[in-house]
Amino acid sequence: MLKLIARRILVAIPTLIILSMIIFGLQRMLPGDPIQTMMAEESDPQVIAFLREKYRLDDPVPVQYLAWVGNVLQGDFGRSLRTGLPVAEMILQKLPITVQLATMAMIMAMLIGIPAGILAAVRKNTVLDYIANAVALSGMSIPNFWLGIILIMVLAVSWKLLPASGYVPITQDFWLSVRTMLMPAFVLSTAVAAYLMRHTRSAMLGVLSSDYIRTARAKGLLSKTVILKHALGNALMPIVTLSTLLFGDLLAGAVLTEQIFVIPGFGKLIVDAVFTRDYAVVQGVVLFTAIGFIAMNILADVLYIVVNPRLRHPQ
Amino acid sequence: MTLAAQAETVAPRRRFRGLSRLVRNRGALVGVVVVLFFVVLAVFAPWLATHDPFASSFTSVRKPPSAEYLLGTDEIGRDIYSRLLYGARASLMAGVVSVAIALAIGVPLGLIAGYFGGLVDGAVSRVIEALLAIPSLILAIALAATLGPSLMNAMLAIGIAATPIFVRLTRGQVLAVKTEDYVEGARAIGLPHILIIVRYILPNVLSPIVVQATITIATAIIAEASLSFLGLGQQPPNPSWGSMLNTAKNYMTQAPWMSIFPGGAIFLVVLGFNMLGDGLRDALDPRNN
Repeated sequence: MLKLIARRILVAIPTLIILSMIIFGLQRMLPGDPIQTMMAEESDPQVIAFLREKYRLDDPVPVQYLAWVGNVLQGDFGRSLRTGLPVAEMILQKLPITVQLATMAMIMAMLIGIPAGILAAVRKNTVLDYIANAVALSGMSIPNFWLGIILIMVLAVSWKLLPASGYVPITQDFWLSVRTMLMPAFVLSTAVAAYLMRHTRSAMLGVLSSDYIRTARAKGLLSKTVILKHALGNALMPIVTLSTLLFGDLLAGAVLTEQIFVIPGFGKLIVDAVFTRDYAVVQGVVLFTAIGFIAMNILADVLYIVVNPRLRHPQ
Repeated sequence: MTLAAQAETVAPRRRFRGLSRLVRNRGALVGVVVVLFFVVLAVFAPWLATHDPFASSFTSVRKPPSAEYLLGTDEIGRDIYSRLLYGARASLMAGVVSVAIALAIGVPLGLIAGYFGGLVDGAVSRVIEALLAIPSLILAIALAATLGPSLMNAMLAIGIAATPIFVRLTRGQVLAVKTEDYVEGARAIGLPHILIIVRYILPNVLSPIVVQATITIATAIIAEASLSFLGLGQQPPNPSWGSMLNTAKNYMTQAPWMSIFPGGAIFLVVLGFNMLGDGLRDALDPRNN
C-alpha cells in the first residue's frame, strides 16, 4: 500500500514542474515592462536599474525561471507589486475564509446530493426520480452569481432572515459566522450538489443490480438494510473520492460567490489583483490553487487505496 | 476493403437510430427548442428589438416592465428587452466560438497523443495534467487578465481553459478504438497514418466528443457571463448578460427586474444546452445499443 502511495506522489512531480513552467510563461507573456507597470510615474533611471537588478529582469529567462522556482520552493511566492507585502502571506491570510466557505458548501452539497441520489436510484423512473433529476439539472445550469442576487433579494431584503453580505471571523462569533455564510455556501453548493446527486444515483443503480444485492434480498433482509448497509457502502466509495476532487471546483467557484456576497477571501484577492494589474499576486494565487488541487488529487487517490481492500492488500 | 464497405452500410442506420432516439427523448427535444428559441432571438435581434439597445434616456431611468418597455429599463434608461436580445448574440457566440477553439486544439492533440503514444503521448499528457490542475475559471480569469479585457479575449481564454478536457477525452477514445480490427486492417494494407486517423479513427471517436462539446457550450456561456460579470469580458456599452447583471447587483432593491431577466436568460439557455447534451449522451451512448 505504501509503495502505491509513494508511486502516486512521484508521478505528480513532472506535472508540478510543467505547471510551474506554464505559470512562469504566463507571466512572461504579459504585455509591457513589469517595472514600468510598477513604477507608474516614477522614471528615475537609477531606481529602475536597481529594481531590474533586484527582480533579475536582465538575466536570461531560464536563470529567472530557476531563481523563481528556488524561491517558491522556500515558500517565497514573491511580493505584491502594489502593497509590497509577501504574496504567500496575503494568500495564507485570505485562505481560511475561503476554506470555511468551501467546506460549508461541500457539507451542504453532500447533505443534499447524496440522499437525493440514493432516493432517485431506489425509486428509479418514478415522479421522485424525475423531480430529483430536474432539480439537479437546474442546479448545474443556474449561474451562481444570479442565484446569489435572487437569494439576497428574497431572504435578506424582503424576509430579513439572513444577513445580506459580509464576513464574520469564525473565531469571533461562531454562530454569527456560520449564519452569515449560510447563503453564500448554499449558492456555491448547487452545482456540486447536482453533480453528487447524479453520480450517487448512477453508482447506486450499478450496485443495486449486482449479484450480492440480489442474494441479500433473497435471504430475506429488510429493504432498508440492503440499501443502507450493503449497497450504500460500496456505492459511496467513488463518491468520497469524487468529493475531494470537487473541492477544487468549489475554491474556483468561490471567486464569483465572494464577489456577490462581499466576502474578503481568496477569490476576492485574485479579482482585486487582476484589476490593479498586480500580476505577482495573480501568479501566486494560480500557482497556489494548482498545487492545492494536485495535493487534493493525491489525497483522493490515497483515500481510494486506503478504503479499497483490494488495493490495500495487494498479493 | 470489405470492412470499410461494411462500416459504410452500417453507419447510416446506426446514425438514424441515434437520431430517432434523440427525437423520442423529451428532455433533449425541450433542449433543442430552448436553444433554437435563443438562436432566433440572437439572429433576428435588429427586427425584434423595440428600442435602440444603446440609447439612454434620462426621463425613463430604472422604469419597471410596462407596455412601452417590455422588461423595464436600466440605470441609464436603456431598454432591457432590446439589450437582452443583443446580449444573446454575445452569449451564444461566446459559447460556440470558445468550444470551437477548444475542439480545434484539443481534438487533433488528443488524436495524435492517442494514436502515436510513446514520447508524444507522454509530453502531451503531462502538459494536460498540469493545465487540468488549475480550475478552469481561475485559468480563464488569469488568461483574460493577461490578454486584456474584451469579448474576443474572453472567448480565447475560455477556449484554452476548456481544451484539456477535449484532449483527454479524445485520447482515451482513440486508445479504445486503435486496437479494433478495422484499424489494424487499415494499417496492414499500408495506409498512411493521417488517412487512418481521419477516415477510420476520427468518425468512431466523434460521439462522445459531440456530447462533451454540447455540455461545454453550456459551461462556456456561464464562463463568459462570469468573466463579463467580473468586468473581464464584453466591455460597456456593448450588451452582455453577465455585465448587465454586474450593474444590476447595485440596484437589487430599487430595480429587481434589472437582475431577474438577464440571469433568467443565462439560466434558460444553459439549461437548454445541458438538456440537449444529456439527450445526446443517451442517444449516442453505445451502451444503450
